[in-house]
Amino acid sequence: MKLNGAQILIKMIKSEGVDTIFGYPGGAVIDIYDALAKQNGLRHILVRHEQGAVHAADAYARANRSVGVALVTSGPGATNTVTGIASAHCDSIPLVVFTGQVPTGLIGNDAFQEVDIVGITRPCTKHNYLVKSVDKLAFIIKEAFYLARSGRPGPVLVDLPKDIVQTFVEFEEPGEISLKSYKPTYKPNKKQLNKVVDLIRKAERPVIFAGGGVILSQASEELTRLARMANIPVTASLMGLGAFPGSDPLWLGMLGMHGTYRANMSIGHCDLMLAAGVRFDDRVTGNIEKFAPGATIVQIDIDPTSIHKNIEVQIPIVGDCKATLAEIIRLMEEKDPKGIAEGRPEWLSRIREWGNAVPLKYKQSHDVIKPQYVIEKLYELTQGKAIITTEVGQNQMWAAQYYHFDQPNHFITSGGLGVMGFGLPAAIGAKAARPDKIVVDIAGDGSIQMNIQELMTAVESNIDVKIVILNNRYLGMVRQWQEFFYEKVYSSTNMENAPDFVKLAEAYGATGLRCTTPDQVSAVLTQGLNTKGTVVMDFTVDREESVYPMVPSGGSITEMLLV
Amino acid sequence: MSILVDDEPGVLSRIAGLFSGRGFNIDSLSVASTAEPNVSRITMVTKCEPQIIEQIKKQLHKLINVITVNDLTDKKYVQRQLALIKVNAQPDKKAEILRIVDIFRCKIVDVGLAHYTIEVSGDTEKHDAIISLLKPMGIIEIASTGAIALARENGK
Repeated sequence: MKLNGAQILIKMIKSEGVDTIFGYPGGAVIDIYDALAKQNGLRHILVRHEQGAVHAADAYARANRSVGVALVTSGPGATNTVTGIASAHCDSIPLVVFTGQVPTGLIGNDAFQEVDIVGITRPCTKHNYLVKSVDKLAFIIKEAFYLARSGRPGPVLVDLPKDIVQTFVEFEEPGEISLKSYKPTYKPNKKQLNKVVDLIRKAERPVIFAGGGVILSQASEELTRLARMANIPVTASLMGLGAFPGSDPLWLGMLGMHGTYRANMSIGHCDLMLAAGVRFDDRVTGNIEKFAPGATIVQIDIDPTSIHKNIEVQIPIVGDCKATLAEIIRLMEEKDPKGIAEGRPEWLSRIREWGNAVPLKYKQSHDVIKPQYVIEKLYELTQGKAIITTEVGQNQMWAAQYYHFDQPNHFITSGGLGVMGFGLPAAIGAKAARPDKIVVDIAGDGSIQMNIQELMTAVESNIDVKIVILNNRYLGMVRQWQEFFYEKVYSSTNMENAPDFVKLAEAYGATGLRCTTPDQVSAVLTQGLNTKGTVVMDFTVDREESVYPMVPSGGSITEMLLV
Repeated sequence: MSILVDDEPGVLSRIAGLFSGRGFNIDSLSVASTAEPNVSRITMVTKCEPQIIEQIKKQLHKLINVITVNDLTDKKYVQRQLALIKVNAQPDKKAEILRIVDIFRCKIVDVGLAHYTIEVSGDTEKHDAIISLLKPMGIIEIASTGAIALARENGK
């Protein structure tokens, strides 16, 4: 069967089980778009900016536990994907990004809309390819998907010169992928696991610290089981939220700069830390010297470079979180068939005291809407079951603190890179993957303006997303830093000159709702969630509310600024 | 460090980019093909704290095109480096230069009216030694390769 490169591309994407891709056409990919129009089974969602396509694909991958795909043209189309790719790289999200390229004969000639995207994205992709022969196209695509989803997942970029996608060739199914230079370690070392089991049994003050790796390897069940059978309290990084049920009594809350008092204190005083799928980001550790000073640290990660990178670890385990945790559970059951659920009453009561002394709280008001209150109400009204995407800044932290995630893959945020403008296209991607779910973007008035054009994508594609804007007319997180550390010099963070978000929503064909007083919050949220189609809810919130607790940058995580 | 890589365009750039992006420094670098088709060997010299070296090795290994990374620092290995040294050869110094060349078992590969070009092959210490002896004669220019190395016996 003779197919051209464009047809091979579509055939290969379908064979990877992907049903929806996000993209934007252009000269270099016009043949691919022609082939897309002449096929069934692969849905293409037309975004309004290429950055949106990558964030949408990122969220699609997370909500669907699969690989996300974006398709863009050469030159500016390709460079517009870089932020999205870098974000997915930081968060280890499996993506394959296809970029158009000028014909092979013109590469290097500074042709119209030519850019060396393979060179540009080398440091922010897991791997990337420039396809130089149509004969290798199918194989490269298969390899790209394999690399994206295996080991520590990540984004892979495939650059497609125009003549390659135009050329017809006899299609051959590519064979199995086997790379001599790439063999991720899934199975952990047994000896190390026996040590871990002994440590767990002996520990007086253990804590589990879960990260995005637990969610990526779909190990939430194992993690939850281990925590309950051994009675170990659990905290998580931002990326790990949902890996352990937020309503479980063993849940400590998030760790780090805006972590809960009891989570940070627990880490400060634990004697054993079981870290799974984390990379000890500076936002989690604060001052490294004072991070878990009395603990033996066990670190499970599929990526050896994550181990010993930021902090010293006593028991490193290279392996898949799911396989490793399952094996630890098996070994525990061998030694303690009934579990050790009765153990450590002192430690747990100490943690309870920390929780009671400084719970997560804010000062409620009857005159002005508190942003935390909006999220609490949203949590109640959606029964904690919505998929939440966020922008970056205060909105993101309040969402992390006050929406108590019970399930993995329900909190979708740009964790590592911290991309403002992530939430709206991400909500579109998540809803495309999970139409059965309520999907809400918790946004700030600053962030939402960074990719506001994607409202049109949601409306056009009938993708029913709800946007909650916590509108304080400031770039709130930077303002908060300026308040605390820069004598309240609010340099360039005042955003009083904002558009009317209700009218803006209407201009795009969405529904706009405004809420200005606390007593309307429930009603507006209820109306918004029950209105069909894309809805923008604009909440005028307390202008100078800050995120607490807060660990000043570089400080010890046990020394927090409190409400 | 001796690194085997897929012989593909962009591999060197990936490795160099890894070093520059993470603030590591490369002292010397040498790349050439091996007996195996489509496999190249990169020999690289870098000076860092042991913890950074550990991270460099892991990061190198993480690159999809890198097949093996062999840190030779604490192993037995043979190392060579090639240099061409063009040195002033005034009549009264010629005999001494020839004597030095003889002692170091080097070769004169080009002779001019007032210069010799000397080929030196050996480890870094030998290079440093001959350069320090030739310096007083007036070195005009030096071209040097990076170090290449292979582990002795069982090392890859």
